[in-house]
Amino acid sequence: QNDGYRTLSLSGHVGFGSLPDQLVKKSIKQGFCFNILCIGETGSGKSTLINSLFNTNFDDPVSSHFLPSVQLRAQTYELQESNVLLKLTIVNTMGFGDQINKEDSYQPIVDYIDAQFEAYLQEELKIKRSLFSYHDTRIHVCLYFISPTGHSLKPLDLLTMKSLDSKVNIIPIIGKADSISKTELQKFKNKIMSELVSNGIQIYQFPTDDETVSNINTIMNEHLPFAVVGSTEKVKIGNKMVRARQYPWGIVQVENENHCDFVKLREMLICTNMEDLREQTHARHYELYRRCRLEEMGFRDIGPENKPVSLQEAYEAKRHEFYLELQRKEEEMRQQFVQRVKEKEAILKEAEQQVQTKFEHRMLMHQEVKLKLEKKKKVLEDEIAMFIEKKANAELLQSQASVSTPVVSLKRDKDRK
Amino acid sequence: PHAGPVETKNEAAMSELVPEPRQKPVVPMKPIGINANLLGYIGIDTIIEQMRKKTMKTGFDFNIMVVGQSGLGKSTLVNTLFKSQVSRKSSGWNREEKIPKTVEIKAIGHVIEEGGVKMKLTVIDTPGFGDQINNENCWEPIEKYINEQYEKFLKEEVNIARKKRIPDTRVHCCLYFISPTGHSLRPLDLEFMKHLSKVVNIIPVIAKADTMTLEEKTEFKQRVRKELEVNGIEFYPQKEFDEDLEDKTENDKIRQESMPFAVVGSDKEYQVNGKRVLGRKTPWGIIEVENLTHCEFALLRDFVIRTHLQDLKEVTHNIHYETYRAKRLNDNGGLPPMTVETEENHESNL
Repeated sequence: QNDGYRTLSLSGHVGFGSLPDQLVKKSIKQGFCFNILCIGETGSGKSTLINSLFNTNFDDPVSSHFLPSVQLRAQTYELQESNVLLKLTIVNTMGFGDQINKEDSYQPIVDYIDAQFEAYLQEELKIKRSLFSYHDTRIHVCLYFISPTGHSLKPLDLLTMKSLDSKVNIIPIIGKADSISKTELQKFKNKIMSELVSNGIQIYQFPTDDETVSNINTIMNEHLPFAVVGSTEKVKIGNKMVRARQYPWGIVQVENENHCDFVKLREMLICTNMEDLREQTHARHYELYRRCRLEEMGFRDIGPENKPVSLQEAYEAKRHEFYLELQRKEEEMRQQFVQRVKEKEAILKEAEQQVQTKFEHRMLMHQEVKLKLEKKKKVLEDEIAMFIEKKANAELLQSQASVSTPVVSLKRDKDRK
Repeated sequence: PHAGPVETKNEAAMSELVPEPRQKPVVPMKPIGINANLLGYIGIDTIIEQMRKKTMKTGFDFNIMVVGQSGLGKSTLVNTLFKSQVSRKSSGWNREEKIPKTVEIKAIGHVIEEGGVKMKLTVIDTPGFGDQINNENCWEPIEKYINEQYEKFLKEEVNIARKKRIPDTRVHCCLYFISPTGHSLRPLDLEFMKHLSKVVNIIPVIAKADTMTLEEKTEFKQRVRKELEVNGIEFYPQKEFDEDLEDKTENDKIRQESMPFAVVGSDKEYQVNGKRVLGRKTPWGIIEVENLTHCEFALLRDFVIRTHLQDLKEVTHNIHYETYRAKRLNDNGGLPPMTVETEENHESNL
């Protein structure tokens, strides 16, 4: 029902020109987050550079060369300048480039960056979420320290940057640049840039679409990679104390643009493009991560009939699917259990049968033996009976023999009769 | 198979539907905050300028809804607020329109620019509200419209490939026009505000305030404030969303003294004391719209546009929209909360 937006002119002062100020005021109240990841070999000057950039001594212990694998250490600081409160997180790699086998060196870094995206995504997907008070830990810029060999990029550099260029804004830096002469430096820079291009590595380009900054950003893009020098010490030059490195042959001043690109880096990183770095991280790198992750989880914008399916519906469908799956699994478990019980029962029954059979058999045997024994007993008893009878007869005979005739005449009489 | 403790799925994140969560690297992810002392200027405060430039480039959306019976001067007031013919009545619609039989929602959008800031302003009119004989539930179409805009935004937000800037049609501010009876709020007013204050920022205004004297105005305002409080109606700026002491003091003053703003609107100019001013000409004098002794229009204008516009948008986005979203994601298709049986109670069931 919207009427194709016509532009109207105002007949007086309305006052919404203050809108950016209202927004800025709210942002100031909330504070800002900025997260820098420094990748570079041990001793490439990462900590010193960060200290120089932010004009302060962040407490960072020197790390050893003997770490078995690449580790990352994150530290958050709260910096205040006029009314701006900045939550600055510096993530340093430790042990990068120190191992003998560096094949997996980039993996912990990729994992860390992904983990921050994942944490944000998790928050965004929650039902009850609080995005406006979320402490954003996603990496906004990656300062990649190139060793000042003067020749070219190392294979590790190419491999690492290639695995990171679609996940984070990369600004390549040549650390400890005071070891390269001016002529060597330009050749080195050109070589690096051409190697990046030929390997298809996308580094961060300072934006040139806004007229107010396009000039300076275009010039700065030409100076990449920035050759920087950092220092935690100050030397007196004229009547000022400046950050510098003192050599027998001269003093390298960190903030002297003839000596190194430190000022350019600070200008680009902080004063001109901090907001753009944050926005690119959110609108480009994070969205890409989110899209891949959601697709990985099985969500699509277009359904099987090529009709647009909202994530909402897909989520509901998936949840329903999951619920059905859960029910099915439960049922399966239940069936399995019943099955096992049945089987156990059957086994027990059979065992019972066997025992029963044995028992009956034994009973039979027992009966037979009993019968046999009875018979024997009978026979024996009979014999005993006969023996007793015989014994009795014998005794009678003996007593008769002592009264002999009557017994005989009785016998004769008996015969005559 | 083992199972962990029970967790109602209503509270779980979507990713718990995924079989295997991503491996988390062994890195301390909860950084400690340390205060670092600054020695010298770095340039962090330039981020303000950077941010301001960015917002000027992208421009702003603002959607304002006006609700009230017909004849209370809604369109005129909105035109006066934005010093241009932004309302529906002025955009070529028939002035002699009949009052519709039901509440209609009509949105008109324009682009206006001031001081380099581009604003896409949408005025949403609700003709027919409170004009019927039976006005039961006449707030429902309005509530429906507001929720539809939240739904539209949610659908966009939840897409896999999303737009860089999601078009924002959500209602940021709802001006509710109270009839200047001088007595008290009507039942319809209370019912509407009770229902809608939960989904949108409501700013009550007393319309056609030129029919009341100063004393009548003060008394009426006090009574209205009391009635709103008694009925538990949280109008904008809501007490519970005051962010800090500074906000609270500023907003307390507005809530307890200034609101509801008693306003008069006009798009006609008259000559007063050598100056051209917006006003209403009556036989007994010219009512100057932007004169604070005559009415509180200027207070309303400053409040809505010059100081709290961004906050209106943020409360809509961070609170009303989030409430809608949470509710929407929670009750989907009425699926029961998911529970996983542990082995112990599984066996005992059998």
